[in-house]
Amino acid sequence: MFSFLDYSGLQHYWWILVSLLGALLVFLLFVQGGQSLIYTLASNEKEKTMLLNSTGRKWEITFTTLVTFGGAFFASFPLFYSTSFGGAYWVWMAILFAFILQAVSYEFRSKANNFLGHKTFEVFLFLNGILGSLLLGVAVSTFFTGAEFSVNKTNILDISSSKMPIISAWETPFHGFEALWTTENLAFIQNISLGLAVFFLARVLANLYFQNNIKDKNIYKKSQKSLIYNSVLFLIFFLFWLIRLLFLDGFAVNPSNGKVFMEPNKYLHNFLEMPLVLAVFLVGVVLVLAGIAANMFFNSKKGIWFSGLGTVLTVWMLFLIAGFNNTAFYPSAHDLQSSLTIYNASSSEFTLKTMSYVSLLVPFVVAYIALVWKKMDSKEISSEELKDSENHVY
Amino acid sequence: MNHIDWELINWSRAQFALTAMYHWIFVPLTLGITFMIAIMETIYLKTQDEKWKSITKFWMKVFGINFAIGVATGLIMEFEFGTNWSNYSWFVGDIFGAPLAIEGIMAFFMESTFIAVMFFGWDRVSPKFHLLSSWLVAIGSNLSALWILVANGWMQNPTGTSFNPDTMRNEMIDFWAVLFNPVAVNKFLHTVISSYIVSALFVVGISAWYLLKRRDIVLAKRSMLVASVFGLLATIGTFWSGDESARQVAATQPMKLAAMEGLYKGDREAPLIAMGIFGEQENTIHKREKFIVEFKIPKALSYLAFLDSDKFVPGIDDLVHGNPKERVRSFQERIDSGKMAIDALGNYVKAKKYGDLNTIENELKTFRTHEKDFGYGYYFGKNPHTLIPNVKMSFYAFHIMVILGTYFLVLFIILFVKTLRGKLDKSRGLLRLTLWSIPLGYIASQSGWIVAEVGRQPWTIQNLLPNIAAVSQIDAFSVQITFFLFLIIFTTLLIAEIKIMLSAIKKGTEH
Repeated sequence: MFSFLDYSGLQHYWWILVSLLGALLVFLLFVQGGQSLIYTLASNEKEKTMLLNSTGRKWEITFTTLVTFGGAFFASFPLFYSTSFGGAYWVWMAILFAFILQAVSYEFRSKANNFLGHKTFEVFLFLNGILGSLLLGVAVSTFFTGAEFSVNKTNILDISSSKMPIISAWETPFHGFEALWTTENLAFIQNISLGLAVFFLARVLANLYFQNNIKDKNIYKKSQKSLIYNSVLFLIFFLFWLIRLLFLDGFAVNPSNGKVFMEPNKYLHNFLEMPLVLAVFLVGVVLVLAGIAANMFFNSKKGIWFSGLGTVLTVWMLFLIAGFNNTAFYPSAHDLQSSLTIYNASSSEFTLKTMSYVSLLVPFVVAYIALVWKKMDSKEISSEELKDSENHVY
Repeated sequence: MNHIDWELINWSRAQFALTAMYHWIFVPLTLGITFMIAIMETIYLKTQDEKWKSITKFWMKVFGINFAIGVATGLIMEFEFGTNWSNYSWFVGDIFGAPLAIEGIMAFFMESTFIAVMFFGWDRVSPKFHLLSSWLVAIGSNLSALWILVANGWMQNPTGTSFNPDTMRNEMIDFWAVLFNPVAVNKFLHTVISSYIVSALFVVGISAWYLLKRRDIVLAKRSMLVASVFGLLATIGTFWSGDESARQVAATQPMKLAAMEGLYKGDREAPLIAMGIFGEQENTIHKREKFIVEFKIPKALSYLAFLDSDKFVPGIDDLVHGNPKERVRSFQERIDSGKMAIDALGNYVKAKKYGDLNTIENELKTFRTHEKDFGYGYYFGKNPHTLIPNVKMSFYAFHIMVILGTYFLVLFIILFVKTLRGKLDKSRGLLRLTLWSIPLGYIASQSGWIVAEVGRQPWTIQNLLPNIAAVSQIDAFSVQITFFLFLIIFTTLLIAEIKIMLSAIKKGTEH
C-alpha cells in the first residue's frame, strides 16, 4: 500500500505524522492550562474539585500523546531523539519531573491519608500546569532558533582517543537551559516568547473547555474574565514570535549536496513556497480566534471545538515549515553541518514503511477516543455528581 | 580505554536500574488485577448480584491508586533511553523505536481512553460498554508490556537486523523476525504471566487479612476464589515459560547462564546447583566466587539447558579463556575479532570518502566477517574478565526467584482447595502466611529482572553494544543529581501510595 512512496516520500509522511502528534499535544495541553488556573477560577474547595475532575478525566490522553510523540520521534527520527534528549538533558528532565508530579497528583489528591496533604498535590498540578506548557514551548522554539550540539557518526569507531565513542555531543554545560539566555540573534527572546505563547494558549483552551464541560455559574463567570486576559497575552506573544520568525534567517538545506546554510526569511519563503501549508495555517489561526470570539462575545460554549481544531492545524503547519522545503528541523547553532533534517535523522526506508502500515491504525484510535469522549462528556460535571461517594472522584 | 568515563556509566546504570525497579513495583499488579477486575465485573453482569459490583469497584479503586504511580514511573523509562543512553538510541533506534511507537499507538491509547470509562463511566455509559472498557483496559495494559518486551527481547538476542556501515547503526530488515524473536515471545509470556502471580498474591493476601479480621467476608471469599485460580494457572504458566527461557539463555547468552549457576568450570553432565551459599572470594589473580555450601542435582543443568544430560555447559572460565575441545571461543579471540570489525569500518568510511572502490569492497567484506563480534572490539586492550557479570547477584536472584516460585505453586494449590471446601477462614495460620506472602511476590518479580539485566552485563545489546558505548555524553554529576532526585521523589510517592492503599483497604466495602 505504501509502495508508491519512495524513501523521501516516507520521510515526509512521517514528519507529517510526528508533526500532527506534536500539534495534538499542544491542543491537549489545555489540561495543563486548566491546572494552572485552579487558584484563579475556583473560589472554594468544591469549585477546585470540579475543575480538577474536569481536567482529570482527560489528563491521561495528554500524557499518552506526550509518550507517543516521544515514541514516534524515536522510531522515525532517532537521531533527533538521541541528540536532543541526550543533550538538552536538563530541559527534558525538568519536563519529565513536571509530568511525574501530575500523574500521581490527580489520583492521590483527594484520597484519605495521602501523606503529603491535598494542598501539596494541588501545588504539584499547578506546577505541572505552568512548567509543562512553558518548557515544551521553549523546547519547540529551538526547532527554529537552533541548539548547541554537534554530531559525528564516526565517533562510534573511536576506541583509542581521549573521547567517549559517542556520536552526539552538547556543546554547552547547561544542557538545554541556555535556550533561555542565548543572545545570538536574540534567540532567547524568541524561545521565551513561544514558551509563553504556548502557556497562555493552554490557558485559553482550558477556559473554553471548562465553559463547555462544567455546569457552574461562578466558574463560568470567572473563566470568561480569564479568557479575555489570557487571549490578549497569547496573541501578543504568539504574534511577536510569528512576525519575528518570518523575518529571521532560517536553516536551509542545499538539496544537491545536503549542506546546511543560513537563508534570510527562510520561514517566510517556506510559507510562500508551500501555499497549501500557508492556507491551512491561516485557517487554523482564524479558527482559534473564532473559538475565542464565540465564547467571549456570543455566549457560546462550543468555542473549544473551533479553537481546538484551529490549534491543531496551526501548530501542525508550523512543524511542517520547520521540516519541509529543504529546511533543517533541528538546527545546530554550534555547527551548521550537524543540523538534523528529515533526511539525515530518519529511520531506514524499511522501518518507515513498516511503521506506515501501523499508522493506518491512527484513524481507528482517533475514532474510539472521539466516541468515548462524546459519551463521557454528554453530561456536564456538576457539584451534585461529585457529592456521590460511590463515584470515583479526584 | 582511559577515555571511558566509568563514573558516568555506573551512575547511568544505577539511575536506569533505580527507575526500572521502581516502575516494576507497580506494573505487575496492574497487569494482573485488571484481568481479575474484568472477570469480576463479567460475573456481576451475568448474575446481577450487587455484591459483585461493589467487589469490582473495590479492586478498581486499589488498581487506580497503583496505576497512577505506575504511569508516572513509566514515562521516565521511555525518555531515559534518549536522555541517558543516547548513543544506544541512535545505534538501535531503527529497530527499538518501532515497537515503542507501536506500543503508544496500539496499547497506551487503548488503556488511557478506556480507563476514564472504567472509573467515571458507571452512570455515563451502558453496563455492557463499561464491561467492554474494563476488558480493553486489561488488554491494553498487557499489550503495552508486549511491545516493550519485544524491544527488550531484541536487546538480549538481536535478530532481523543488519548493521548499515553508511549510517553507523543497526537497521531492521525483517519486522516479523523482530516480533517473533523466540526470546522476545518467551520473555513476554514469562514476564506477563509471572506478573499475574504478583497480582494474585496481592488479592489473596488482602482477602486473607479481611478473613483474619472477620470483616468484608463476602468480598474476601469471592476474591480469594477468583485470585487463587488465577494465581494457580499463572504459576503453572510461569514454570512452563521459565523452563523454555533457561534453554534460550543457554543458546544465546551462555555467560548469563554460567553466572546464574555460579559455574566457573564447564562440564558435560553438568549438575544444577539447587541452592548454594557463597563464602569469601577466592584469592587468585582474578577474583572468583566460591561456594561454602551447595546442594547439587547431578546432570540437571545440562538437561535443563539442552534437554540432554550429556551436553556440555560452558562455565565462566571456558567463555573467558576458550575451550577448543568444546568449540568455545575465548573472549580475547572475540575482542580481536571485534577490533577488526571496527577497524574495517573505519577504513571503509575513509575509502568511501576518497571513492576507493577496491578498498571499500575489501573492508566491507572484512567487516561482515567480524560483525557479530563488533561490540567486543570496545574492550581491546582491556582485561577480558571485565566482561563477566556480577556472579553473586545473578546466582542469588535466580535461586530466590525459583524457590519462591515453587512456594507460590504450593500456596495457591492449598488456597484453592481450602476455598472450595469452605474451610479457609478456620486456617488462621495459612491466612497469616498468605498475607505475609504479598511482598514475596514482589521480591520474586524483581529478582527475575535482576537475573535478566545484571546477568547480561556489560551488554546493552548482546555482543553488539556494550554499556560503555551506549551512554549519553553528559557529566556524571548531572546524572548523580537526577539519580537522587528520582530516589527522593519516587520514595516519597511510594510512601504516599502505600499509605493511601492501606487506608482504602482498611475502609473496605462495608464501611
